[in-house]
This record gives sequence, C-alpha cells and structure tokens, in this order.
Amino acid sequence: MTSPLEQKLKVKGPVVVTANRTRDGIVIYRTADAGWTTDLAEAAIVTTTPAAQELLKGAVADDVGAVQAYVAPVEMTADRRVLPGNLRERIRVAGPTIALPVGA
Amino acid sequence: MYVYDEFDWAFLEQRVAEFRDQVRRRLAGELTEDEFKLLRLLNGVYLQLHAYMLRIGIPYGTLSSEQLRALAHVARTYDRGYGHFTTRQNIQFHWIKLEQLPDAMGYLAQHRLHGIQTSGNSIRNVTTDQWAGVTPEEIEDPRIWAELIRQHTTLHPEFSFLPRKFKIAITASAHDRAAIKIHDISLRLYRNAEGEAGFEVGVGGGLGRIPYLAQTIKPFLPRRDLLSYIEAILRVYNQYGRRDNIHKARIKILVHQIGVEKFAEEVEAEWQTIRDGPLALEPSVVAEIATRFRYPAYETLVDNPDALTSARLTDRAFATWFNACVNRHKVRGYAIVTLSLKPEGGTPGDATAEQMDAIADLADRYSCGEIRVGHEQNLVLPNVRQRDLVELWRALDAIGVALPNINLASDIIACPGLDYCSLANARSIPVAQELTRRFRDLDVARNLGRLHINISGCINACGHHHVGHIGILGVEKNGEEFYQVTIGGRADEKAELGALIGPAVPYADVANVVEDIAAAYLELRERSDELFIDTVKRLGVEPFRERVYATRQAG
Repeated sequence: MTSPLEQKLKVKGPVVVTANRTRDGIVIYRTADAGWTTDLAEAAIVTTTPAAQELLKGAVADDVGAVQAYVAPVEMTADRRVLPGNLRERIRVAGPTIALPVGA
Repeated sequence: MYVYDEFDWAFLEQRVAEFRDQVRRRLAGELTEDEFKLLRLLNGVYLQLHAYMLRIGIPYGTLSSEQLRALAHVARTYDRGYGHFTTRQNIQFHWIKLEQLPDAMGYLAQHRLHGIQTSGNSIRNVTTDQWAGVTPEEIEDPRIWAELIRQHTTLHPEFSFLPRKFKIAITASAHDRAAIKIHDISLRLYRNAEGEAGFEVGVGGGLGRIPYLAQTIKPFLPRRDLLSYIEAILRVYNQYGRRDNIHKARIKILVHQIGVEKFAEEVEAEWQTIRDGPLALEPSVVAEIATRFRYPAYETLVDNPDALTSARLTDRAFATWFNACVNRHKVRGYAIVTLSLKPEGGTPGDATAEQMDAIADLADRYSCGEIRVGHEQNLVLPNVRQRDLVELWRALDAIGVALPNINLASDIIACPGLDYCSLANARSIPVAQELTRRFRDLDVARNLGRLHINISGCINACGHHHVGHIGILGVEKNGEEFYQVTIGGRADEKAELGALIGPAVPYADVANVVEDIAAAYLELRERSDELFIDTVKRLGVEPFRERVYATRQAG
C-alpha cells in the first residue's frame, strides 16, 4: 500500500483520521469531540473531502498528543460495524498478521 | 571485544541525558514533532505502524555475552520479549514506548550499546564479516579498520547532514560475507603483488529504487590513507550529492550521473589536499585501536579431536548440523558456529529474550563470551572448541537455533515488511514463513543446494532482494499485495543484481512461483553440484521464465 502520508486527500467513501499516540506510539483515532480513542468503533467517520480535511486539521493541530495524523479508509458493515478499509489499516488495528515470538 | 575508554563512556552518558531531556520536552509540548523527529532519528528511533522502533547498532557485528543479555533485558522490560536482527548488523525493538526510551537507552549505554547514527542522513553502522578475526581466510582483522572509521565518522560535524544515509562495509577475506558491493563505500582489504596490505575502494553501491553495485575507484589504497580517502569521498558527495530529490540523493546516483571516472578524479583531487594531513594514520594510532580489541586466550588444541570425529560418523543429525553450521577457525582445535534464526514458520532474524539469554550463557561456556551478528540475520558463536561441538549442538537444539539450514532455501533474508514498517507496500514475513514450510524437508533443500532467497516489502530493499539468488519484492496493485520475482542476484565477491523473471504474482501464488523456480533449476542444471546461481548465470532468465510462467500465462 502506498504510504497514506504520501497520498493526496481524495475521499470517496467513509474515512477516519488516525495517528499514533505520542507517548507510546499506539494507534489512535480522532473522535467527533476532538479527542482520541484507541477503538476504531468510536472514531469519527466522515464521507466527504471537506469534512475529512476539517477532521484532519484538528488532529494535526494536536501535535502534543498525536503523531503523523492522516486520513484512512474504513468500511461500514450492514450491521453498522466499522472495519479498517485496507490491509495496512487492518494490520494497524489488529497487529502483525503473524504470530509474535513466544513470550511476546 | 572492543574496550571503551573514559571518553567513550562519558560521551554515551551525555547522549542519553540529552535524549532524556529531548523526550521530556517533546512530551511536554516544548518540541514539535517536526523538531523532535530529527532528534529521535539521530538516536535510531523510528515511528512504525503500531509503535516506535528503536534500532541499535552492533558495530562490526560483534557482541559480548553481557551485551546480548542487556538486549534481552531491554526486550523483556521495555518491549514485547523479542528483538529483530536486521540485514545491517543492527537489532530492532518494534514495540518500544517513547516515554520509556530514555531508560532503555540508559540501560543499553551501560553496556556500550546505542542507536546513534542508525537512522537519518548520517554515516551508519560500519558493517563487516561476521567471521572477522576468526576466519583463516582473512589477511587481518577488519574490525580494527571498521572501528577507526566508526570513531572518525561518529558525530563528524561535516557529515552530520549528508544528502542521504551513507553505508560503509569492509571485508578482509576473498569470500565476501559482508555484501560490500551493495554499500555506498565498499572496502576490501587484501595484499597486493608486493605483499603490502591495502584496500580496494569502491563507491556507489546501493539497492532501493535504483540499484547499483559499487564500482572500484581505487584499486589499492595504502592502509595509512584509509580515513583521508574516505573523507575525500564524503566531501565530494556532500558537495555534489543532490538534496532536492530524496530518490536521487544517494551517492550511487551522483556516481552514475557524473560517471565513475569523473567521480574518482574529484575524489583524487580532494584527497591530494588532505592525504598527508592529520588523517594520515600513523601505525601507533592503528596499534592503539588494535590494543583495545581483546582476543580470547586460545588453548593449544588439536583439530578434529576423536570425540568429534566419532560423533560425525555415528550421529547423522549431528553430522548434518556440523556440515551446515560449522566452519573452520583460524586457531587449531576451534570452530566457527552459525546459529540459525530461521526456524520453520518463524520470522527471519527474530530472537526471544529467553533465546538471547540462553545464547549469552552458551557463549560464556563455549565461545569465550562472544557472539556475532551477520547480515544474513543469523548469529554466530565465533570461538568454539571443537571438542565442545556435540554438547553445544544439543544445547542450541534445545533453544531452537540448531536448524541445519544455513545457506539453504529456508535460510531466508527478509525485512519486517508491512507487518511492522510504515514504508512497506506488502508483507515479507508471511511469505518467508510459507517458504520455510515449503522447503521444510532438508533433504529437498540440500538437493537444491546453496540458495539464497531475499524478500523486501517495498522498493527500499531492506531485504536486499536485488541480490538474492531468488529475490522477492512486494508491491501494491490496486490495493492488493503482489510480488515481483528476480533470479540471478548475489551479494558476495561476484555480486550481481537479479533479473526479473516475469510479471508480478499475487500473494497467494508467490511461494508456488519460488517452488516452480526451484523445480526448473533441478531440471536445467547440468550436474547435481552446479549451484542454482551458476545455472542461472549459464542459461540466463529465459529458460526459467518459460518453465515458471508457461502454465500461468496459459491459465
């Protein structure tokens, strides 16, 4: 997957804004109340480029709390669950697709 | 082992204190990420998909048992219980927290370990042969020269902001285990016809988006001139290297664009102004560095003690391991032992904290307290008494690092890929794991003979796919993982870049393609001892392409 950080913003479906938390690097998502969550289900979801730009703008402004914010695609299931929209984001949500070494 | 002096200790202590303050300021909002990023990269701290990553250099691939235990401690205390040995004699921790990094770094510094210049546009860890100092093939220990370069280039004010990263590798053996030709500067220490030792100097090697092999610009450089000549190369690069385009900033592009002859002329002109200055290496300076390498007090022993000979004759499993993993030592009665970090279904180069601790203990008991790290992502115990080999083999087997697959198809080099890396386009590790399963039968693998498979998850080529006998590069096509496959690459003294065998294949088919290449080789080789790489050299890509892609194109 081309790094999202290198992609031009062109929203064609539901997206969220994601980043890594500054203090420990874990994956976080921007919420509707201008906060962050580690749970994708609680992320603010937008569907237009202006709305994504607005959400991203707020996220980038929080330089203390989050690092490398960007817009990432999500999928909405019929039962309204939110799933990451590509392999890279699936890996960011669920961790490596491989078993980590014993003890990890 | 290299012994630190008080300057080395003070320097590291100051660096940790400085980084601790930088982290504090970052977390307090006094430094922006843009400001901090540069500082963390100077200390080997990246941000990957799930977490920060700390890369620690292992100069010339040499570790003491105490250092390996320190790495195990960091893995256990600050990470998730394991570390990943890379293709450049580094180790990476992939789950480290920024707020804990200063403590981790402080602990590592107490054990002479750090991440300085393991990232950013700096002169990276100087790498060398993992058998340095113990192989009978070499003319002298290249680590002394690597250490001189390390000291000279660490925090070198003129070269702290190069156009791009800069990698130097050195070997002192005819057989190149350090992959020097894929480095920005390649150094081969050898004796000329007069018997004088000196360096063949190459420049402009590097993989990535536009791969090149290093080209020789100085066939013989006297040892005294090593630092001044490297300085001259770096000055020319620093002055003329491109800073406007990250993809064209490596020295290889400069060398290619102006031509190697012109580049060599520029270096020569610069060098003439400094060669007899303070950088000329007086023998006393080299001798002083050499004295700070401690060598084991080897015992007087004989080669092939009876117990070893008997075990090789009577224990098939031991004999298999011996043939795959044990090599000649320069001292009679000793051996060099390679530990495979390529178990079936495992991640190439990963070692758990428990394995690191156990290997450190075994190094103390059997290898004079020393461990080596090779760019192939395996470890080495460099000083094993031959009479201890049977006992050591059992102990290594008990911790899962005695698989006799060194240089075979399952001894795969792979980058972390999309499972960890924010630059990656595709996964590397699951592909490697599947291939270790396909080639799990060691009789099949041995029949294939020496076969190096290298996998990279993106064009940055950390898995050195261009120089794999079979190279696999992950790419993205319409959001799906695809893999380009090359054959015919090699990283040794006959280094070559591989050639594409056909169109990229999807994730589900890449292991099948590799198996088909292996089958084609068995069909095409002239004799059972013609190596894969030699068959490709003799016949070219086409016969392989025909066999591997015929059915795929038809389907």
